[in-house]
Formats: sequence, C-alpha cells, structure tokens
Amino acid sequence: MNFLNFLISGISLGSIYAIIALGYTMVYGIAKMLNFAHGDVIMVGAYICFFASSSFHLPPALGILAAIAVCTVLGMTVERLAYKPLRQAPSLAVLITAIGVSYFLQNSALLLWSSTPKMFPAFFVLKGTAADGAETVRNSLQLFDGQLTISFVTIVTILTCVVIMAGLTAFINHTKMGKAMRACSEDKGAAQLMGINVDGTISMTFAIGSGLAAVAGVLLCSAYPTLVPTTGSMPGIKAFTAAVFGGIGSIPGAFLGGLLLGVIETFAKAYISMQLSDAIVFAVLIIVLLVKPVGLLGRQISEKV
Amino acid sequence: MKKKFLSIVLALALVLSLAACGSDTGSTGGDSGSQTSGDSTGGDSGSQTSGDSTGGDSSSAPSGAAFKLGGTGPLTGPVAVYGLAARNGAQIAVDEINAENGAVQFELNYQDDTHDAEKAVNAYNNLKDWGMQLSLGSVTSKPCEATSSMNFEDRVFALTPSASSVATTEGKDNVFQMCFTDPGQGAKSAEYIATQKLGTKIAVIWKNDDVYSTGIYNTFKEEAGKQGLEIVSDTTFNDANATDFSVQITDAQSKGADLVFLPMYYDVAALIFVQANTMGYAPKWFGVDGMDGILSVDGFDTSLAEGVMLLTPFAADADDERTKNFVSEYQSRHGEIPNQFAADAYDCVYAYKQALEAAGATPDMDAAALCDLMIEQFTSMTFEGLTGDGAGITWETSGAVSKSPKGMIIQGGAYVGMD
Repeated sequence: MNFLNFLISGISLGSIYAIIALGYTMVYGIAKMLNFAHGDVIMVGAYICFFASSSFHLPPALGILAAIAVCTVLGMTVERLAYKPLRQAPSLAVLITAIGVSYFLQNSALLLWSSTPKMFPAFFVLKGTAADGAETVRNSLQLFDGQLTISFVTIVTILTCVVIMAGLTAFINHTKMGKAMRACSEDKGAAQLMGINVDGTISMTFAIGSGLAAVAGVLLCSAYPTLVPTTGSMPGIKAFTAAVFGGIGSIPGAFLGGLLLGVIETFAKAYISMQLSDAIVFAVLIIVLLVKPVGLLGRQISEKV
Repeated sequence: MKKKFLSIVLALALVLSLAACGSDTGSTGGDSGSQTSGDSTGGDSGSQTSGDSTGGDSSSAPSGAAFKLGGTGPLTGPVAVYGLAARNGAQIAVDEINAENGAVQFELNYQDDTHDAEKAVNAYNNLKDWGMQLSLGSVTSKPCEATSSMNFEDRVFALTPSASSVATTEGKDNVFQMCFTDPGQGAKSAEYIATQKLGTKIAVIWKNDDVYSTGIYNTFKEEAGKQGLEIVSDTTFNDANATDFSVQITDAQSKGADLVFLPMYYDVAALIFVQANTMGYAPKWFGVDGMDGILSVDGFDTSLAEGVMLLTPFAADADDERTKNFVSEYQSRHGEIPNQFAADAYDCVYAYKQALEAAGATPDMDAAALCDLMIEQFTSMTFEGLTGDGAGITWETSGAVSKSPKGMIIQGGAYVGMD
C-alpha cells in the first residue's frame, strides 16, 4: 500500500511539474528561447490569487481569473521590454536576460510583499456536515479504510493538465494563430516574408505561457501552500528539467516528463536515498539525454546548411 | 549548435540548482533566500543610517557620555525578520537604560549585513570607524563567524544575541553568545522528551543542507540514544525538495512513530503540518526555536499547529512584570509580538549593563581595556533576563551560554508554557 501511496504522491508532484513545464515548452517551442522567469511569473500569479481571496475576499474562481489576467499582462510586458529588443541577439544574451528578469521579479516581490511566508488558502475542499451537525472539511479522497489518500488538488491538477495539454495541441494545430506560431517556430524570417506578424505572434505566445503560469501557481500553492517570493524558482528549474526530459518544444513531452520526474523523485526518496534524490533525478535525465538527445518525445529536426 | 546550446543551458540549470542547495550554511538566523521568513524587508531599510541609533525615539539619546554599542544583522533581505527583531529588541533596552540616567548609558548602532559574511565584515569596519567599544556581533551565524574573528583580532568584546553555531565562539576568548548553541538545543530537546515521557518511538525530519538543522539533529540523535528514546524513522530533505513531504510523513506513520521531532524553521514545518493533516496523521510534534513564529504565518490555519511543542528560551506570554512590559512596549512600537531574537538582543544590552556596572567601567575606556573587563565579568556573573527560566544565566569560558529552555505548547492558537 505504501508503494501506491508513493506512486500517488509522485504523480501529484509530477503533475505540478508538468503544468509548469507546459509553459516552458510552449514558449521554447515557438519563440525558441528559454524563459527562466517562468517560475517567477508563477509566484506572481500565486500572490495575486492569494491577495484576491484574502484581502478582497473574492471567490476562488475570480481570484484565479485575476491571477491569469495579471500574469498575462506581466508576461507580455516582460516580453516587450526585455526580450523583444534582443530578438536579433545571440540566444545566450536572451538567456542571461531571462535570468535577470527572474531575479528582478523575485526581488520586486520581496519588496512588495516581504519575505514573510503566507499560507495559501485551501480552495479544493469539500465542505459537508457530519452526523452530529458539525461542519466537516475534506481535502482528500480516502480509499481502502484511509490507507490510500488522494488529495483533491492532485485530481484537479491532473485534470487541468490534461485539458490544457489537449487545448494547446488543438490551438497550435487547428487555428490560424497556431499556424502562425508554428511558422514562426520554423523560420522567423520566412514567416515574416509570408505576411505573418512575428512580433504579435511571439507576444501572443508569451501571453498564453504566462496565463498558464498563473494557473500553475495557483495549483502549486494549493498543493504546497507556503508562499514566499522564491516559491517559483525551484519548481521552475525542476519543471524546466521535466520539459527537457520530455523533449523541449513538445507539449505531450512536457506532460510525460513532468509526471516521470515527480514519480522518479518520490521513488528515489522512498526507496534509494533521501539525501541523493535530486542527484538521482538528474542522473536519470543525463542518461536519457545521452541515449535520446532530443528528450523522450522530442522531434529530431535536421537542419539544412 | 542547438544541442550544444541546450547542454550549456542544462549545465547552467544544474549549477543554479546546486547553488540553491549550497548556499545554506547560516544557522539560527538562517535559511538562505528560498524559504525563510523576513519581515517588512524593504520598508525598514531606509531608516538605517550609519552612525546614528535608529530608533528615532528621543529617549534613546544618551544624556552624557555613552558606551558605543555596535552590531550587524540582516535588516533587509530574505531573513530580515531576525535582524529587525534583534535591532528593535536592543533599541528598547537601550532606550530604557538611557531613560534611567544612570552611570551606564549606551549609543546603539545597528548596521545591515543582509545575512552575508562579506557585507558583515564591511559593516563591522564601519562600526569600528564609528568608534565601537562593545559589539553585539552579528545576528545570524554565517556573518557572525566572520565578524567574530575580527572581534577577536581587534580585541573588541562581542556578545551575539542569536548566532548559534559553535564556530562563532570557538577559539575566541572574547566572543560570547546569548542564545543556546545548535548542539545544545538537540540534546536539551531529547532530554526534555525523555524526562517528560512525551513519546518513545521518535521520528525525525531534518534538513541536510543546513548547519542549524544538522547540528541539532546530530546531538539529538546522540542524546536520544542515551535517554533510551528509539528513533524509528530518520528522514531528511533539502532546499531543492522542500515541497513534498509525503515520503517522510508516510515513513514516520508506517513505522508507528508517536512523536515527530522537527529541527527546522517554521515555514517548512507549516507545510509538513498541512500535508500530515491531509494524510490523516496526527502524532505529537516537537520543534525547536526555529518553530517560533509559526503562528504568525499569514493565513496559516493555526488549528493545524494545535498541540505542537517547542523549546524556546523566551515565552512572550510569561506573566512576569519585565516580560509583560517588554512585550507591550514592543507591540506599541512595532505592532507585533516580539520573538526570541528580540528578547535575546534585549537581554544582551542588559547583560552588558550589569557587567559594566559591576566592573565600574566608564565610557572613556578603550575597547581593548573594556574587553578584558568584560571577559572577567561574563565568565563570573549570573544574569537574569527575559530568556531562560529564572534560575539565572551564566557563561562558560568558551562563550557558550547556559540557560534552560522553556517548554511551550501551542494551545488555542497561542503559545502556552508547558510546565
């Protein structure tokens, strides 16, 4: 039974990684840049949602919408101010800028909201009434006489992840905007010659990626409720790893990579060594990349010279 | 090309994640950036000007010649909560003492070190230029290990309120501590659990990349063995995976632990309580001084911390006159209940007062002369302060303090003394 419990917590952790990785992979796939600030956009989303519900007493759904709106605008602004001027610059310059944006967001959050941890409210609970009339709050599903626990957040996260994955895939493959994104991804110059607004398309990509980050932030903090300005950075790095693991640029790959990473991490902690769990995770990643350099579901694109 | 680029990026990611793990060598003061607490990080930074006591209160100005008392601490940055608390506590003590118009008066100067050893050394040099005669060391351990070496070389006596690592005082005859050392806390906790018969099957969850947590864990384990406590589950985590604790909690639960010892800071402990609650596990929880503050986490459901026990040198709900006065003064100035850092710093200033009076020191003496007097006084005197249990505080020649911790339990959303 412990095995199943570990598997479930692995999937729970992995689904969080997966939902963050979706944003990473989407931006990388289309804009061909690694947005290291993604983890920090997540943190901003979580803070917005926290204040919406704790200071303004908005219902959770509105809080999430507010977070999505703020993050979308934030993502587009960052893209416009920090990344757009560097569109012709070497990718390493963009990468360093992204790291800079990441630190900028973290420190701004530190100034605005201080580093005192905040406890994220529990959104995904079932309120009921017990036999004696007392109000009960359930946040998990207990199976087999309580031996197996699945929290509602896990279920919601996995469902959201699948929906987002399906939605993104459909969007990219079947809409005009999606077609434009794929065109930009393949060749920016040629896309521009064909009359595609490259800047607008990339801006749109960031808007979607950052909106996803807000959702990820809410789910991350619902599952692991301590919220500090650095909340997003570690999961962000892990999710980036997951995206590379699954094949960066591939949307189903991010999902698979995230889940696998979570499960491997949990099993490594449970059965091998708690102190070495991260080393084991990264070792698996290195082995996968040695065998399959494009990641599990990545496509090998041959570059013509 | 693309592959090469990706491998560079991956290498960077690895380095970043390692850096995030490795930066955590601070002790009581702290956990590096990623998850500790800090309080009004930005807001208060502006008020810190060098060469001036920062209370802004008119009563803080000494009426005559005063001893120049300097200290460094994180007044900004991620662990600002500790530095600000220490500075505020010390300032209250200084104001009270100066208001008495006695022979001993102080001028307090706290400099920001942002919990960084290099900045702490610069801050220390600023203080020396200012003419510091007595030092409050640094608030957090890592910076204090750096400044205490300077204190030793320069023969400026130091009494740190809260830098708890052993290396702070080791080999330095003029550096003393007001807080317990990290190993001391572990041993005291094990002893307390055994004598109060709180549990027999113990689980420990500790943080393996933090000297504070490891220091406590090691001595706890040793002392637990002597006391006949059985550690059935021994699990750990680090900065990089301090989110999911299901494995650790499942381990403790399946091995039937009836008490879980948590030598860590409150922010992570809060996560553990939430997750254990989801999993339906309700053992006795036992924390150390890092647990102090859990009730002030914004939005935390305090019912989850109900019954959590911790050892701390300071109980803000104690009903003696001095503690009450201190707590109400602190509340009226800063709008919050003081934590142990504030109390330790407050005690530091009063300990100095007692030692200076006993030695008959005058503010015109130089730092080196005061240093010799203070070493003599601190190794021989008994001090009664807000911290400790009323039996008096004494110091060993090593600089370590001997005082008894208070057992506290969280009941109805407040800290209550256990005995």
